[in-house]
Amino acid sequence: MKLLWLQSGGCGGCTLSWLGYAQGPLFDVLAAEGIELLWHPSLSADGLTAVLDLLEECASGRKAVDLLCVEGAVLRGPNGSGAFHRFGGGQAMLDWVLRIALQARHVVAIGSCAAFGGIPAAGINPTDAAGLQHDGVVGGGILGPYFRAVGGLPVINVAGCPPHPDWITETLALLVRGRLTADDLDEFGRPRFFADRLVHHGCPRNEYYEFKAGAQKPGDQGCLMENLGCKGTQAHADCNLRLWNGEGSCLRGGFPCIRCTDPDFEEPGHPFDMTPKIAGIPLGLPADMPKAWFVALAALSKSATPQRVRENATADHLVRAPTVKRTMPK
Amino acid sequence: MTAPAGSVRRIVGPFNRVEGDLEVSLDITAGRVAAAYVNSPLYRGFEQILEGKAPGDVLTLVPRICGICSVAQSAAAAQALADAAGLLRPANGRLAANLTLAAENLADHLTHFYLFFMPDFAAAEYASHPWYPNIAERFAAVRGTAAREMLPARSRFMAAMGLLAGKWPHTLAVQPGGTTRPLTGSELFRLQRIVRDFRLFLETHLFAAPLEAILALDDPAALAHWQAAVPAGATAEGDLRRFLRLADALDLWSLGPSQARFLSCGAYDEAAGRLFAAGTWQDGQRDDFDPAQVREDLTHARYAAAAQAQEPGQGSTVPLVDKPGAYSWCKAPRLGDAVCETGALARQLVDGQPLIRAVVAQRGAGVAARVLARLVEFCRVVPAMERWLDGFDLGAPWCVTQRPAEACSGVGLVEAARGTLGHWLTLRRGSIHRYQIVAPTTWNFSPRDAAGRPGALEQALAGLPVPAQGTLPAAVHHVVRSFDPCMVCTVH
Repeated sequence: MKLLWLQSGGCGGCTLSWLGYAQGPLFDVLAAEGIELLWHPSLSADGLTAVLDLLEECASGRKAVDLLCVEGAVLRGPNGSGAFHRFGGGQAMLDWVLRIALQARHVVAIGSCAAFGGIPAAGINPTDAAGLQHDGVVGGGILGPYFRAVGGLPVINVAGCPPHPDWITETLALLVRGRLTADDLDEFGRPRFFADRLVHHGCPRNEYYEFKAGAQKPGDQGCLMENLGCKGTQAHADCNLRLWNGEGSCLRGGFPCIRCTDPDFEEPGHPFDMTPKIAGIPLGLPADMPKAWFVALAALSKSATPQRVRENATADHLVRAPTVKRTMPK
Repeated sequence: MTAPAGSVRRIVGPFNRVEGDLEVSLDITAGRVAAAYVNSPLYRGFEQILEGKAPGDVLTLVPRICGICSVAQSAAAAQALADAAGLLRPANGRLAANLTLAAENLADHLTHFYLFFMPDFAAAEYASHPWYPNIAERFAAVRGTAAREMLPARSRFMAAMGLLAGKWPHTLAVQPGGTTRPLTGSELFRLQRIVRDFRLFLETHLFAAPLEAILALDDPAALAHWQAAVPAGATAEGDLRRFLRLADALDLWSLGPSQARFLSCGAYDEAAGRLFAAGTWQDGQRDDFDPAQVREDLTHARYAAAAQAQEPGQGSTVPLVDKPGAYSWCKAPRLGDAVCETGALARQLVDGQPLIRAVVAQRGAGVAARVLARLVEFCRVVPAMERWLDGFDLGAPWCVTQRPAEACSGVGLVEAARGTLGHWLTLRRGSIHRYQIVAPTTWNFSPRDAAGRPGALEQALAGLPVPAQGTLPAAVHHVVRSFDPCMVCTVH
């Protein structure tokens, strides 16, 4: 399959994350999966007029594009002109994306900017940034809520800021193999193979979470949900099951999950590193947890917190190890 | 803009294998570039987005300016916040932050050399050269054999980020008061294994020599002697020798020479001083760098401008898409009146690295010197990483906290892979009142200023032989990419 990759209002970080792919040399993996790069702005040999000619062929349907990957939000401003991003100084990227998306067999939004608008849509959204088929949680974006690519699927949203390199590679490989159907996407168009997990799953801070033993400051070992803004119990991704850069994840790195695979994550309505609370109870409930039960369980578990867990939660290193149970010799 | 009489204007873009979007206009007179105009065609408005935010939110938002200099952006923001709050990091936090930034900077150098810069020598224009078959086989974009070795090595090296910073790009681990990721002894051991593997890759494939042996070469003659010790085309030649042979064959030494003042804010805090010193360098003269002399000129940038160039701490970002006379979204930073070039070459010149100073004195500050300076940095920074990994005190703190005052200001200056990155922050009523960023490529790819002085790349392109039509010579690509431009940082 022929892959065309375009970048617009993003940071290039999805590509850089992808280059960290650890399941084999990336270019060889793509070749083995039958994926041929028509063009990628950071990787391909050609630029200048050769690229503009290629894009024109793709946009007019003279050259088939099986996989159109778009990285970065599409900038509609100012006044709908798209002039905040003129590709190579010429035609607005907004126009290129619109034209080529209508021709491509599959359209894949790489990262939360291309999927939902993401960080460029934060604050006053100076450039009128939007995702391909979502404007935050609202369906639409630049292609409209009813858009279906030639292959029959809506825009496939490999969300994340950035996405894990495996999410990108595996989404493309599943498409090539015909193994990604509409049923394999969740309601925000995200492949279920990573989006049907929660960041909470596999979090090494789970014992602190169980006992509501919260970290109070950066570097503490405790749960980051109670005070420091962590959204891992609500965020759809497998970050603590499929680790990042070897053995990392945000929570393993000591900082909160900001729910970066979700639309509108860029405007949480509170500082990113602070948990909003009412009467001491965090506002954001874990996914599928009834509020009354959460409050009751939190109160109960908090009163049952072992001293060891309580002490370690607010320290930057282990101050009390788990007790070694002494058993009687047989 | 129209070309002056007697000139033909060529608009070339989009450039690929640069981070972000780039277009260059060239006025050609008698087969040479008479004037170059560099256009950064993407605007996202981070400085506008940041206004009104809680101070801590900048640590989430600013790394996302750039996916390749993400940690550098974090570090500059953390430093600006630390400056505003009067915070000093504990030693463990300083070492961990150094390691995190060093890992990013070296990974970026690797990406630049193998994926962005070297593939240009596989261009069809060079097909008749005797060296072409070997070089094209090794470095051609996507299909070259080098990427097959370099990508897994890079991926393995980035495992350091998993341990130090949770993930890359876009970590929140780098904080004003240190880092959020205390390491255990066994984790430090794993980090040492990762850095050791990276050293092995460099010594096997890139240098075909111990890093220390490269650092022992202190002038072009020693370098040439080392280069000649292994014949061209030998399997143990190494990619540095391959590059040096291209540099000689195509005279990349005198191509795209810098006319600017070299600028470095200094890199990697040590217990005393810095690994790389701060300062400026021009015509063999070293001077101090005074950040208070930085001004941003908006004359040819698409923003509403004050009557004169502003200090970044007083600057503004109000886009005007159709501003007359403006040709870029990039502002024009100047140090006093001086046009500056920043990056690895500037860092090594300012710091007095013997080989780089001698190369520049004898062979010029052109394309080859810029590339060589990056490669020399591998040899200087990897041993420093090894040393920092030995310096942790496992019982001591990693991060301290202190909220900034409701109204205050701070400056953060960091050396990213591509050079000096500055963040200027003002808080009022406890939230961001003003946030201004001057990135390395903002310096290097700046447009003209009010006095008509071209930016560093604009100067370096002037005089280059370029035909009025037809294929653009690969030399233009070499000059542009020798700066390792990061356009998403340039305009943010």
